[in-house]
Amino acid sequence: MSAVLDVRGVVKAFGENVVLRGVDLAVDEHRVVALIGGSGSGKSTLLRCASLLEVVDDGQVLLDGEDITDPRVDADAVRRRLGVVFQAYNLFPHLSVLDNVTLAPVRVHGRSRSEAREEALGLLERIGLADKSGEYPDRLSGGQQQRVAIARALAVRPRVLLLDEITSALDPELVGEVLRLVREVAEQGMTIVMATHEMGFAKQVADTVCFLDRGVVLESGPPDQVLGDPVEARTRQFLSRIIDAGRL
Amino acid sequence: MFAVVAYLVVTSSPGWPRVQTTFFSLEVARDSFPSILRGLWLNVQVLLIAAVCVVVLGLGIAALRTLRGPAFAPLRFLATAYVDLFRGMPLIITLYLVGFGLPALRLQGIPTSYFVLGTVAIVLTYSAYVAEVFRAGIESVHPSQRAAARSLGLTHRQMMRIVVLPQAVRNVTPALLNDFVALQKDVGLISVLGAIDAVRAAQIYVGQTFNFTPYVVAGLLFVLLAVPTARIADAVSARARRRQQSGSTL
Ligand SMILES: Nc1ncnc2c1ncn2[C@@H]1O[C@H](COP(=O)(O)OP(=O)(O)O)[C@@H](O)[C@H]1O
Ligand SMILES: [Mg+2]
Repeated sequence: MSAVLDVRGVVKAFGENVVLRGVDLAVDEHRVVALIGGSGSGKSTLLRCASLLEVVDDGQVLLDGEDITDPRVDADAVRRRLGVVFQAYNLFPHLSVLDNVTLAPVRVHGRSRSEAREEALGLLERIGLADKSGEYPDRLSGGQQQRVAIARALAVRPRVLLLDEITSALDPELVGEVLRLVREVAEQGMTIVMATHEMGFAKQVADTVCFLDRGVVLESGPPDQVLGDPVEARTRQFLSRIIDAGRL
Repeated sequence: MFAVVAYLVVTSSPGWPRVQTTFFSLEVARDSFPSILRGLWLNVQVLLIAAVCVVVLGLGIAALRTLRGPAFAPLRFLATAYVDLFRGMPLIITLYLVGFGLPALRLQGIPTSYFVLGTVAIVLTYSAYVAEVFRAGIESVHPSQRAAARSLGLTHRQMMRIVVLPQAVRNVTPALLNDFVALQKDVGLISVLGAIDAVRAAQIYVGQTFNFTPYVVAGLLFVLLAVPTARIADAVSARARRRQQSGSTL
């Protein structure tokens, strides 16, 4: 089985600050990869490189075998095949929930308005927010906003869903509903890469956990192994800090 | 209270009777009113045309100034130079240079109407100001909004048009309305070119009668013109404040 997303030796620096020093990461179809690591370890940078929001300095990212970091590649066309959700400020505040979801299908994928609308309403129904389709994002709770952001990403039928700490900015009582949706989406077979601090969730839902440290994937494997019995001392250190913070 | 005191002080001052007849003569006001009002119509036309041009040009310049990446450095430089030049230059100098300088070149196709030239000068100055307002608005849009737009596959143009500019404009509407109020009175400056606007009409009348009442009439008309916009600006600011207070962080 060939990987949907294949990150090979990616290097990325901001000036003097070398954030990624040769990251390798292969994500097979229908798999969920959880990206863990300390704050500033480069999780967001890696996801931004994979979604072509940053230009890599070296290495490659392959999407379905195609090198998308090749400068001759049409970056807009590549992004159309990806779904991305960030920590916050995902939804466009001047557009209704429905318009947020139909924007890309209509403007980017050239679907008809009525078709996009119908599909968007179906998605909103699925996430239990059909009654909010006419509302503006600021009338929704943070958890509802993130769920709409996931629905919007799914509306373009992406090959892979990239989630960057999508629950980190939420009040604790809103985290559950968002993670439940991610689990559902994963169970339906979506390929997912998610940077997260929710170790319990990673343990239950991820097929692979990757620990990012000092610009490389220091350790990766099944969650039970990486989270339960890590090989690397630095992974253990990181996890014990997380446990102290009460998140495992 | 203060107004009453001020009124009493002014009306009891030794020079008041004379001031009253030369500045506040009802008779002169009645006589000069029709021609001043006709002049004001010219100001209103300049105002409306200039406002539209200013918004379009200002948006364009702001979009150029906020382009990122080294490839756009020349465009950014030109836009910055434009803003520096016309924001720094006093409007009255720009009016003289455009109004008297351009026609003196005697080039084919250069308009000679002071109405057109005055409008051009005003647009040059105000678009530089408004470009800066728009730029502030564009930069106030959270970077994640751009990332979200691009990751949906929108092109840079689509991102600007559909996501960034609508939010930018909404964020700076109070500031824009403020500039509109300023523009409403600055259109009176086209009188220095000789266009027969409200100010010029008043001036002609003053020249004939040596009574300054027409200036007061013209001034009051400009104030009346500005009041509705000022109230709208207040309402919009209040609404924006409410939205900011109720808006969540996510
Ligand atoms: N646009 C940027 N410009 C400069 N430095 C950046 C930029 N984005 C990220 N960094 C730096 O890269 C490092 C990794 O950041 P990030 O990828 O956000 O880490 P994480 O998501 O794991 O917390 C940090 O030191 C951060 O300061
Ligand atoms: Mg991050």
